[in-house]
Amino acid sequence: MNEAATQTAPDIRAAQSAPLLDVQGMSISFATAGGRLEATRDIAFSVAPGERIGVVGESGCGKTITGLSLLRLLPEDVAHISGRLDFMGVDLATCSEATLRDIRGKRIGMIFQEPMSALDPVFTVGDQIAEGLLAHGRMGRVEARERALEALRSVGIAAPEKRFHAYPHQLSGGMRQRVMIAGAMICNPQLLIADEPTTALDVTVQAQILELLRDLSDRAHMALLFITHDLGVVAETCTRMLTMYAGEIVEDAGVDAALEHPLHPYTSGLLRALPRLSERRSALPSIPGRVPVLGQMPEGCRFRQRCPFATDGCEKPQALQDAGAGRRVRCWRFRDLDLPGVAA
Amino acid sequence: MTGERAPTLSVRDLRVEFPAAERGATVKAVDGVSFDIFKGETFGLIGESGSGKTTIGRAVVHLVEPTAGTILHDGVDPARLSSREFRAARRAWQIVFQDPNAALNPRSTILTSVMEPLAVSGVGSAEERRRAALQALARVGLPEEIGARYPHQLSGGQKQRVVIARTLTLKPELIVCDEVVAALDMSIRGDVLNLFAELQRELGLTYLFITHDLSVVSHISDRIAVAYLGRLVELGPAEAVTENAIHPYTRALLSAEPAPLPSHMRTGKRILLEGEIPSPINPPSGCHFRTRCGHAVDLCAQRAPEWREIVRGHWAACHFAEQFCSEENVAGEKAGATLLGG
Repeated sequence: MNEAATQTAPDIRAAQSAPLLDVQGMSISFATAGGRLEATRDIAFSVAPGERIGVVGESGCGKTITGLSLLRLLPEDVAHISGRLDFMGVDLATCSEATLRDIRGKRIGMIFQEPMSALDPVFTVGDQIAEGLLAHGRMGRVEARERALEALRSVGIAAPEKRFHAYPHQLSGGMRQRVMIAGAMICNPQLLIADEPTTALDVTVQAQILELLRDLSDRAHMALLFITHDLGVVAETCTRMLTMYAGEIVEDAGVDAALEHPLHPYTSGLLRALPRLSERRSALPSIPGRVPVLGQMPEGCRFRQRCPFATDGCEKPQALQDAGAGRRVRCWRFRDLDLPGVAA
Repeated sequence: MTGERAPTLSVRDLRVEFPAAERGATVKAVDGVSFDIFKGETFGLIGESGSGKTTIGRAVVHLVEPTAGTILHDGVDPARLSSREFRAARRAWQIVFQDPNAALNPRSTILTSVMEPLAVSGVGSAEERRRAALQALARVGLPEEIGARYPHQLSGGQKQRVVIARTLTLKPELIVCDEVVAALDMSIRGDVLNLFAELQRELGLTYLFITHDLSVVSHISDRIAVAYLGRLVELGPAEAVTENAIHPYTRALLSAEPAPLPSHMRTGKRILLEGEIPSPINPPSGCHFRTRCGHAVDLCAQRAPEWREIVRGHWAACHFAEQFCSEENVAGEKAGATLLGG
């Protein structure tokens, strides 16, 4: 593995170096009885080596679909991906299945919300972790076992020799999530896609897992694409935040900037809906309405039906435009709006 | 707020045990819990999985039988009522669950579902029940035409409103809300929480609000109780518990909550707990929290700490509660920020 390309520090500057992943114009559509439905549109973002990016938005905004599409994990007979998904020079959208198999698990790992459905109940934890090594590396069983034990240790599992022979149902939820992370990390991927990995966990266990992910990302200089609905999790884990709404990226900014001075009314609305920011027992602001369903997307700005700032002009198509300071926003009015963030 | 009034709900030394899968073993889901709730109050109960919070909620509305202890509703022990009296009385104590999909029959129209409790209790004529159901739907902010629809045609927030409407038809006094917004998107959580607050103001409802979400519980509660492994570790006014927590577990819990704040606004160091909540089949001796507590000493394994009032209205179960409490007052810091630096 070429390590030289991945030595840049994971900060804002890193975004200007050669990206690890560069997604341009990605649209995902599904074949349905009623015709093709577009689930995401014009997704464009890049991930620098070692960078940690949070992807936020309500359910149905396309976060999970975007993550799955990066590894082409959607059923190919119904899901169609267009656009360019450049990962270290390979277009993930068009590369051969063999190339993709080499990338999956080895260079890009993925973990999910519910470890119980991602782990196979009839195999021991150790076998499932070693599986990645046996599939990708030219390595014997003994060495794979050693590496698997090491991986279990590195994710903070006590007595890994004992746990190695445990079945998933014998472990607690937090322990299972650690096992899944160990499995995803075992080939030292350059990018880990984490889809709500702590949502099903208790808050004290979530704190442990977030700490672990941050630490692993720092130590191995691994980039993280963190899909979550929890803005607190993003604030504590990531340096950049992509806000998705109705299948589009509506805002891309550094986490601090997005939290303090959101440029898109949707990002601002999400922040204002957090109970901790309102005075105790006061009425909580909410975003009226719901995410439009596929096939019923409004023309122009997709958020305008729920947006308190919608006006004439919002029915025109909105581009994700450069807002300066490395930020992008999909709102033509962003310069006129002074939107409240968490500090307001 | 709690004043001299008699509590509307009084729970004393509640214990609930379930048989475990292993022969002869029992799960001590609730292991000696006492608290009062006053009329018109929102009483928040927080805890992680295995804390017993859900079992407490179910025991309060008599969905599970207590192994020991008493639950008094306005001074009356329902266990002493005849089954007929009990059935009439229990309409006043309702429960709303997390998942409205599981609570609504997918094959029934919304109106049928909302009318059902009245039909079961044999209240009024069919027409009166229909009117009451429509009224309840209106009260939770749903238009009449929703009544003709089926659950799958509604959003999660609307379905939760339907469940609340159904509960209201029975004119309850106490509603146990078990993770009622956990399944909802953050953008509409506020709507449903606002509705609960509104109904409380209008109807004088009392809530036992069970959740794992600290930001929700601290926003809506008058008082907060913190449960850990079947016992309460702390109870007090919402501000006191969230700003001046006494118990080490409460402090760790508060500090573990990810804060949606930019880096320069973050205060306080995280208290990272080791390991996970132990099994309620075989809880640790003495203080249940001691295996994960950074301050545990021999005493904590030998003796369970007494549940006592540390400052007025603020209860805790920790051998060192008085000490932690005074340190907190001296430091005057936000919970979690300065926990025992030395």
